[in-house]
Amino acid sequence: MPVLRDINIHVPAGGFVTVLGPSGSGKSTLLGILAGLEQPDTGKVTLTSSESTTPLTQPLGQIGYMPQRDLLLPWRTALDNAIAGLEVRGVSRAEAHARALPLFNEFGLSGFARSYPHELSGGMRQRVSFLRSALMSRGLMLLDEPFGGLDAITRASMQEWLLDAAAHLRSTFILVTHDVDEAIVLSDRVYVLTPRPATVVGSLEIDIPRPRSVDSIQDERFANYRKQLLQMLRASGSMTLVGGSR
Amino acid sequence: MMQRQTGQAGWRSLFPPVIALSLLLLVWEAYSRLVLGAISGGDRLLPAPTRIISSLRENVAILAPHTWQTFAETAIGFALALLVGLGFAVIIDLSPILRRAVYPLLVVSQTIPLLAIAPLLVLWFGFGLLPKVLIVLLVCFFPIVVAGVDGFRATDPELVKLFRTFGAGKWTIFRKVRFPGALPSIFSGVRIAITYSVTGAVWGEYVGAERGLGIFMQRAQHSYQVALVFAAVIIIAALSIGLFLLTSIVERLVIPWYFAGRQAGTESSRQ
Repeated sequence: MPVLRDINIHVPAGGFVTVLGPSGSGKSTLLGILAGLEQPDTGKVTLTSSESTTPLTQPLGQIGYMPQRDLLLPWRTALDNAIAGLEVRGVSRAEAHARALPLFNEFGLSGFARSYPHELSGGMRQRVSFLRSALMSRGLMLLDEPFGGLDAITRASMQEWLLDAAAHLRSTFILVTHDVDEAIVLSDRVYVLTPRPATVVGSLEIDIPRPRSVDSIQDERFANYRKQLLQMLRASGSMTLVGGSR
Repeated sequence: MMQRQTGQAGWRSLFPPVIALSLLLLVWEAYSRLVLGAISGGDRLLPAPTRIISSLRENVAILAPHTWQTFAETAIGFALALLVGLGFAVIIDLSPILRRAVYPLLVVSQTIPLLAIAPLLVLWFGFGLLPKVLIVLLVCFFPIVVAGVDGFRATDPELVKLFRTFGAGKWTIFRKVRFPGALPSIFSGVRIAITYSVTGAVWGEYVGAERGLGIFMQRAQHSYQVALVFAAVIIIAALSIGLFLLTSIVERLVIPWYFAGRQAGTESSRQ
């Protein structure tokens, strides 16, 4: 059985698009294909980079992929972790440091460049991980449930931080999550996936003006979006276990 | 506050073995002097600890070249084992075919009794350094290979995936992720290997040698100089313990992050 079927998602340059779906629906597979880690059996992915108009045939080494766990190397300082991708690309250490250091201050990590991962909180480690991906990105960031492993309070503050960072980076974002509120707070558009084989049941434009904050949750439009997304998830058969109570 | 607690715990954990060892030595001393000493020459069969120490002191000049020989065999054999062991571990890790071909051979090599192979090595390579180095190598390389292979295999697959998105190839991932990540495991293999290494060299000398603590012990034993046998045993133990401590120090210097991370882990779990 295929994991994904008929996925047509358009991501405008500079936009923030979220793919919302239940756990195990193949969202991560989709990101893996976008990142170039896996090849689709049929179909193709067209990526155009901001630096050139020809399609990006090899995304490996060109995009910023942020995994769910921070995956920082315990033997490297935060700064050396952040430049791991650049190092692989062949950028000299000195130049990579020069590029990464200013971002430490901008991303709320000033003073922690020389700290080791075990000295950082979960939220800070996640920020270093984000920074590492952002430094690799040539305009496209793929976020694979990046806050799934954090506690609710840290997650909310990280979402707020990401709103800020995203506005700052002016990159294109594709986020994969099963968190409805997270999808609404962060995105311009949300695509809803069915369980396996995953296919797109619908999409929803989130028209809450930016800059946003986590407080946008109190916006009356927010409740409406949430209702619509939950309806889509229910219609897709994703909520047979959790749904039906309302 | 924390340091004082660990300091106290350190002393408390040292206390029982020190007491036990002191008691043992005391009983030994008394038995040798009072019971065996009553029989004429009986205390020569099991000399008292104090007599062993004094014969060690008196024979330092004789023991030194033998000690040096054993140490050299151990050091060279161990260094080779480290190279060969890590080499095999890398080969096994990088190629599944070689893994299937080589791993069983390595296991078989450990089932060959040294008792059988040591005389053959002496027969083939003579009474010099080489057969002892080979025996140390045989004894030491296996724990290193196993620890290396296990360490490489324990790499988080998600981490490998992340580095692939950076555009890293197999070799870069090995260098930047898998090898440093395997170091704690490799060091535990090295610690096992180093405790066997001195005994391996002594074994080789026992079978046939011109110089070394093994052949020294054999000669002392044949001339009923039991105190000298024990003196050599003390040196062998000291060498083993010294090398083990040295390994621990090197480990702390090479992978300080591992110990810092472990400490942070236990601290946060205490909270």
